[in-house]
Amino acid sequence: MSMNRREFMQMLAVAAAGGMSLHSGFARAQQAAAALYDMPAFGNVSLLHMTDCHAQLLPIHFREPSVNLGIGNMSGKVPHLVGEHLLKHFGIRPGSIEAHAFTCLDFVEAAKTYGRVGGFAHLATLVKQLKASRSGALLLDGGDTWQGSATALWTKAQDMVDACKLLGVDVMTLHWESTYGAERVKEIEEKDFAGRIDIVAQNVKTTDFEDPVFKPYVIRNINGVPVAIVGQAFPYTPIANPRWMTPDWSFGIQEQGMQEAVDAARAEGAQVVVVLSHNGMDVDLKLASRVTGIDAIFGGHTHDGMPAPTVVDNAGGKTLVTNAGSNGKFLGVMDFDVRDGKVADFRYRLLPVFANLLPADPDMAAFIDKVRAPFLEKLGEPLAVTEGLLYRRGNFNGSWDQLIVDALIAEKDAELAFSPGFRWGTSLLPGDTITMEHLLDQTAITYPWTTLTEMSGEMIKTILEDVADNLFNPDPYYQQGGDMVRVGGLQYTCDPTAPMGRRIDDMMLKGRRIEPGKTYKVAGWAPVAEEARDSGPAVWDVVASHLRAQKLVTQQALNLPELKNMSGNPGMGF
Amino acid sequence: MNHQRRDALKAGGGLGVLGLLATVGLIRPETAHAAWNEQAFGAKSLDAAFEVLGAGKPAVSDDVVLNTPDIAENGAVVPVGVVSKLPGTEYVAIMIEKNPYMLAASFTIPEGTQAEVQTRVKMGQTSDVYALVKADGKFYMAKKEVKVTLGGCGG
Repeated sequence: MSMNRREFMQMLAVAAAGGMSLHSGFARAQQAAAALYDMPAFGNVSLLHMTDCHAQLLPIHFREPSVNLGIGNMSGKVPHLVGEHLLKHFGIRPGSIEAHAFTCLDFVEAAKTYGRVGGFAHLATLVKQLKASRSGALLLDGGDTWQGSATALWTKAQDMVDACKLLGVDVMTLHWESTYGAERVKEIEEKDFAGRIDIVAQNVKTTDFEDPVFKPYVIRNINGVPVAIVGQAFPYTPIANPRWMTPDWSFGIQEQGMQEAVDAARAEGAQVVVVLSHNGMDVDLKLASRVTGIDAIFGGHTHDGMPAPTVVDNAGGKTLVTNAGSNGKFLGVMDFDVRDGKVADFRYRLLPVFANLLPADPDMAAFIDKVRAPFLEKLGEPLAVTEGLLYRRGNFNGSWDQLIVDALIAEKDAELAFSPGFRWGTSLLPGDTITMEHLLDQTAITYPWTTLTEMSGEMIKTILEDVADNLFNPDPYYQQGGDMVRVGGLQYTCDPTAPMGRRIDDMMLKGRRIEPGKTYKVAGWAPVAEEARDSGPAVWDVVASHLRAQKLVTQQALNLPELKNMSGNPGMGF
Repeated sequence: MNHQRRDALKAGGGLGVLGLLATVGLIRPETAHAAWNEQAFGAKSLDAAFEVLGAGKPAVSDDVVLNTPDIAENGAVVPVGVVSKLPGTEYVAIMIEKNPYMLAASFTIPEGTQAEVQTRVKMGQTSDVYALVKADGKFYMAKKEVKVTLGGCGG
């Protein structure tokens, strides 16, 4: 399918009329589509960027966070702005379709009005149109592509690997991909991707001799301009995820290696150097201030859908830093005007992918149907109906995680429960039926085992402090980019501005203070230690039995810590 | 990936890396068996180790580069490298402040050798790591925090 811009706009109008007539007028939908996707081509080098789709092949709802605190010199800065603060900063009109895409404001009503987001068939239509209007444009994939859905888990990522080839991904980097194990990643690189998709990662080396595991960068020629794409995989993969899955690979930020890769690419003749990064946005911002010669960092991991790039000054000039959100909700479009061997100007948009505004690409739709067919019965099993909105994203808790910790406490007969602060996981609207597929959207990982541990009060505090420091360390290089571990049954206070070891206080269980020397029964899941393999049934089986028995999930108040020294922080609000 | 090098080292594994390097003539045997500085390796605090080594209060120098991960992937084997750009570097030591015995390694640098060393250290908890360098009779240092975390819960 190839069409010019006018044809594309006409097609959008028709699609919009069909898709949105239930909730809004034709004119409004048409205007929305026109404003969103009418992006005239600019310059001579275009790069499309998707990241963190978490294997969501179909359109979904995804609520952005209402709590995304920045502390220290990150306070009040991009990406730590939510709700109205974000709208104000980027000049987005409240109530608009963009306001729905970028914030959680009036989420339920807006989700009903504008419909689902993402979906590879709808994304494919947008990619094809942009590639047709921008000669030589490349599609870059920032990773977290092979994990996050039942079908990705059950096919060992094959559905996503094939979908990305069909979508036309040119270059990718990694994070959760590694949780299928080093052998599987290498198998896909060497067999499925050969001659089609390059995996780049300058910061992955062997643990023994520090030999490179992947290409540090590739140089592609776009309209006569050599463009280098340097890869930066998630630096803390063997810490945040099980190290035993990639025992021979070492990661880390490797700032010096990044500088060497950029310099080598320039020496090889690259006129444009970009980094495809899974660092997380705070780390990218710091890296951009310290490494020279990078024109843009296309970032992911922290799932920050930022409408405009941040311009960072460094000793060599300026570097643009973007972050393209998650769950297939957005496609970043960077147009560079390259003159006299360097970037002279740019245009950037982060386009939301609204399924009702972008008709499905028939080839991709057919592929998705085919790949899902063998699993439909299992995926569609209804487990319960949710009374309230179910979502995950937020620094401290989400209603999906509340459901999971409640289920763990009940099913495992625990006093309290922990659930990891993952930032992926789709949202469900009030009244939706929770199917097995939806539950797996929150839990589909290769180490899903549940645990039940006798833990001292002191250990509980150590864990909370450890995770809080991964989230709130004032130096981004010491952060890991997830959210706070979710806790069920336990109340506590948290001062994100305090130093390591002193952020968590007043831990209470059922009105009684947690005693350091006393032991408590703690349930959890997703253990990273190899000794914890097969420690208990998979989390989805435990939660599914809980949901089947409940039938109706009533709206629960979220168990949230009492925060200190955070009033007025624009990373919090509605 | 250099498989030959890996295989060669596996074959020579029985000798240990120092033994192997000595065998292939990279360092002289007497260097590998240099006298064990019991007092320095027995020191239980940074100040005590500095004193034993005669370092006093070493000046922080940008010419001493300490390469460590920001967060350790495995506390049992944390890679630590030191590069000294100071002329006349004769000695390099690596110290882990919160380890029970904090001097982890020391290197005597023969004259005319590039002062670049690398090793792996064991760390039980988050700690500052120090590189101590003696050059032209004076002591200099660099410091960096290496975090050791429980892991999990990310992404």
